[in-house]
This record gives sequence, C-alpha cells and structure tokens, in this order.
Amino acid sequence: MKLEFRHRQSAHCESGVTANLLRNAGFEITEAMVFGLGAGINYAYLPMVRVNRLPLIAYRSMPGAIFKRVTRSLKVTTSMTKFKDPASAREALDLQLERGVPVGLQVGIYWLPFMPPALRFHFNSHNMVVYGKEDDEYLVSDPTMEGPATIASVDLDRARFAEGPLAPRGKMYTLTSVPKNPDLPPLLRKSIKSVCNAMLRAPLPFVGVKGIRFFARRMANWPKKLGEKHASYHLGHTIRMQEEIGTGGGGFRFVYAAFLQEAAPLMGIAELSEVSRLMTEAGDSWRNFAATSARVCKGRSDLERPYEELKSMLMEIADQEEAAFRRLLKCV
Amino acid sequence: MKKEQVPQHKDMFGEQRAACYAVDDGGNYVIAPTAGWEPSNFANRQAWEVIREEVELTLENIHAGKASPLALHMVMNQLDPGLLSSYTGIGRFKVRSHLKVRGFVKMSSDDAKKYADFFKIPVEVLAIVPDKVELPGETRD
Repeated sequence: MKLEFRHRQSAHCESGVTANLLRNAGFEITEAMVFGLGAGINYAYLPMVRVNRLPLIAYRSMPGAIFKRVTRSLKVTTSMTKFKDPASAREALDLQLERGVPVGLQVGIYWLPFMPPALRFHFNSHNMVVYGKEDDEYLVSDPTMEGPATIASVDLDRARFAEGPLAPRGKMYTLTSVPKNPDLPPLLRKSIKSVCNAMLRAPLPFVGVKGIRFFARRMANWPKKLGEKHASYHLGHTIRMQEEIGTGGGGFRFVYAAFLQEAAPLMGIAELSEVSRLMTEAGDSWRNFAATSARVCKGRSDLERPYEELKSMLMEIADQEEAAFRRLLKCV
Repeated sequence: MKKEQVPQHKDMFGEQRAACYAVDDGGNYVIAPTAGWEPSNFANRQAWEVIREEVELTLENIHAGKASPLALHMVMNQLDPGLLSSYTGIGRFKVRSHLKVRGFVKMSSDDAKKYADFFKIPVEVLAIVPDKVELPGETRD
C-alpha cells in the first residue's frame, strides 16, 4: 500500500521529518519554522562524547529535542514506541501503514542503501518517514534526499536496530492529532528566548558563545597536543560536523536566519529581519572558517601560525553571535 | 550566503544534491540545491583516508599473522570489537579471540554463519583476504 505523502527536501533530517509530518497532516509549516519553534540552534563542544573517535561538536540542540518541543508547543499529540526485536518493530510499522498513518523512524544512517555510499558513516540519530510498503520494500521519504526512496525490509530492520551510541532500538513515532490555527507569536517568543538563554547564559563552559571560545582555545592547542597529522584530522572532522551533517550550511546559522526572517512579519517585529541578517553574517563567517580550515589541513595556507589564526576567527564569530543573540533577546 | 554563490563542487554525492539555505537578490531566504562544497568534500575524503589507513594497517597485521581476516571485515565496515559483538550477538571476549588467527581457525560454524550473515557474504568468503580493498569513499565519478 502507498499512502498519499508529499515529500519535500530539507537541510536537516529531524526538522525536515517534523515539518513533512505536520504538512501531511494538514498543518502548513516550513522546515525553518520548525527549526526555530523547536529552539534548534545551539553550540556545544563535547570532547567527552566521541564520534568516530573524534570529539562531538554540535551546532544544534539534542537529538529529538526539536520534534518534542514543536509538537508540545503546538499541542500536537504524538505516539512514540521502541522495540525489543525487529519482528515486533516491523509488525507495529505495518499496522500503522495499514491504518493510513505515515511513520517517523529513527535509523542508523550507515545501513541505508539509498544514501550515497561515500556519506555512510555510523551515525544513529538519522530520521526519515515511511509512507508505504510494496511487496517487500518500504517507501521512504528521507527529507535530506531530493526525492522519495525505497528500502528492502531486511535493510530497514538493520537500520532501525543499529547498535552503538544513541541506538534507535526501532524507535518509531506518529502524530495522533494536530490542532488547527495555534497562536504562534507567544510560542515563537518562548522558543527564541530559550535559544538566547542557551547561547548567552549556559551554565556550562562548553555551551553557547562561551563554548565557541572554549573550543577556539582548545583547538589552538591541537598541533602541540596531538601532532600535526592528528590536529589536521580533528580540524577536518570539525568541518564535517559544521557543514556536512545536514546543517544547511554554516552550522545551521542560515536555517535559523531563514526562520527569523519568516518570524518577523508573523510576530510583527521588523527588527527580527535585521537580526536575521546578522545571523546570515555569522553563517558566512562559519563558512569562511571552514574554508580556511580546509586550506590549513591541505597545507595550502600561507598563514604563519595557522591554528592561532583560526582561533582568532572563532573568537570573532563568538563576538558576532553574542551581539546577534543579545539583540535578539532585546527585540522579543 | 547568496543564492548564486551556493557551491556546485560535485564529488561525493553522486547525482544527489543537498539542500542549502541562501538568500536571493531580494534578500529573501530560499532553499538552494548544492552538489557539494570543496572544503566539506575535502573533510569527507580525509575521513575516508583515516579508514584507508586502518585497512592498510590491518592488512599488514593479517599478512604478519597478527590478525585474522575477520579484522579486515570489521574495519572495512567502520566497526570495533564492541559493535561487532552487539550486532552479531557473539560475546565480546569471543569476538576478540576471533580477531586473532588462533581463535579464528577454531571458530564454530554457527559463529561463522553469524558473521557471514551480518556482513552479507557467503561463509567461505569470510576467510579470504583480498589483495586490494576498495572503499566506497574512494570511488569518484
């Protein structure tokens, strides 16, 4: 069976799935609006959490937090289930499809055959929608892909039961009821405040703008601490975290700028467009940092002390973001 | 980023394009497709280089009798003994012994089948060490 499901490509899997599920339930919303309402933007440098043995650098909130915040604030009711084994997970999925309900799934990206092979690394917090089943294949709307895809049921089993950090354990979720016409501005105000607090007043040194500065100081020490080769691996990994893991470019800063632009007329606050422009500038600076980092890794920069230079670029980004979020906090 | 500046450096996505956020001439945000961007393409290639290094090291160890062919399948799939154990349901201690030649030759046919099923290869192939290993991140169009 094949449910009616409009696929729309997005930058980021979780906000894309959330937006696509809502739209298909009759609630028009963009990915950027989901990302903003979900208080998605952040910065966290977590060296104690390893990804491929390298430190985790996040430009967004915790996995699952966007979906949770958006559905809760819109008073959308949801159901979420995890499973012990693939057989019962598959049975529950089929049952939802038979009832005509598109299903969100958390999966391990490594096991998705439709992904470009070169992008297949072990990462367990990927999200996609299953909207049908034909023979032994499921119909998939993966929001990071241009169009819908299919996956054999054995492959889907494996992706749903990927092992390791953040293992999905077959997690599936659906929307059970979606209210019409919520009063958005107060909800947006709350989400924007929450984001500003996380960026400006996080009690932890490795989160928010303080986190960017903390990271900058650590990074400047990499060549001494790790040696040139491993410093270069760490830096390359930093670029991937920022640009490659579905961030829409510039570590989600452009998506958030798009959100602020959309929120300005909705909330009747013209200044939000100005803050959106500041956020775009911050995103451009992050891109610039990534481009310079890649040159440093390739040994093609003519900088005298490249890591010190990169550090001062990050310090400037931190100042830029601090100014932007302070202004944002003031105007809501 | 301006819409016309959205990079189209085709490398690793194949024919796929990813969504990038950029502003058009009127200053409005749009979602623009990107075929890739050289700095992040570089970072992806580098991540595959790390895997390549590990594959080469493992091949050396196998030829020197310090590791079993299972070790090659493990690193080719970017796994470690812990993950291999959770995926196959074979105990950690046992997996570690199978990664050595001595443990590998004593492997039960049940365990061999579990590994082979997991790697989607015939059981006989489990013991074969190829001369050259190709990794998905190294094929370009």
